[in-house]
Amino acid sequence: MLIDLPSILMAIAGGVMIGLAASAMLFFVGRIAGISGIVGGLLRPEPDDSSWRLAFLGGLFVGGLLLAATLPEAIGSPSGRSLPALGLAGLLVGFGVRMASGCTSGHGVCGLSRLSVRSLVATLTFMAVGFATATSIELLAGGTL
Amino acid sequence: MRAHLALFASGLLFAAGLGASGMTDADKVIGFLNAASGAWDPSLAFVMVGAIAVHLVLFRLISRRAKPLFATTFQIPSRKELSPRLIGGAALFGAGWGLGGYCPGPALVSTTILGTEALVFTGSMIGGMLIFAAVTSTLAPTENP
Repeated sequence: MLIDLPSILMAIAGGVMIGLAASAMLFFVGRIAGISGIVGGLLRPEPDDSSWRLAFLGGLFVGGLLLAATLPEAIGSPSGRSLPALGLAGLLVGFGVRMASGCTSGHGVCGLSRLSVRSLVATLTFMAVGFATATSIELLAGGTL
Repeated sequence: MRAHLALFASGLLFAAGLGASGMTDADKVIGFLNAASGAWDPSLAFVMVGAIAVHLVLFRLISRRAKPLFATTFQIPSRKELSPRLIGGAALFGAGWGLGGYCPGPALVSTTILGTEALVFTGSMIGGMLIFAAVTSTLAPTENP
């Protein structure tokens, strides 16, 4: 096991920022900061329900641009996964998060913070299957796929 | 307008948190989910620790208020059922996360460097969401975790 203290401190600091962002959403507009729900709602638009989503996603995207400009190493180190594998992974994630009504943010951060049993079950499930998948790829294919 | 500015700022902070925490580094995420690498790096577990520590407290304080600052009601999920749909969706999401190394928020943020990997993943993810919307268009909206 690798104990990398700077990495742990950055993880905590980033997590605190994510928790504050989710809290700000709730305080200002009373919404849950679940990324898959916010994006998914745009794909099945209902009247007067898109602009708040676009405002949040605009901030997320501009935040990404600032990150790419100031801390490019935070994004995009090659993962060793092929493009077909990434395409399949994207389909699974997109379908799965809508089926489960939430992802790492909606269930993992917001739901667990509300002590939702549904979100706890979802989080334990996607964590367990995520570990099983990445570990199997390492054991069966040497970490490249 | 003020609501949209607040949402934009929340998205900005969310993206900064994802970037600082290491969640936008797909290689690091795969390393976290890979228990067989020999040098397992558990630091990303602390993202959830930091986020939940903050949101657990602030959620309680904020949801005690009569209403959000810029909206009339809090829209907090209230469903309780542990359905096959919840668990199946979380399992599909976990498989895609372990295969690709991206969950939805980091995928969107990572598209800003215009790298092929993040673009392929994110395009497929939106495709997966559209497929889910198409096959379930007769069911109830799936907004909330």
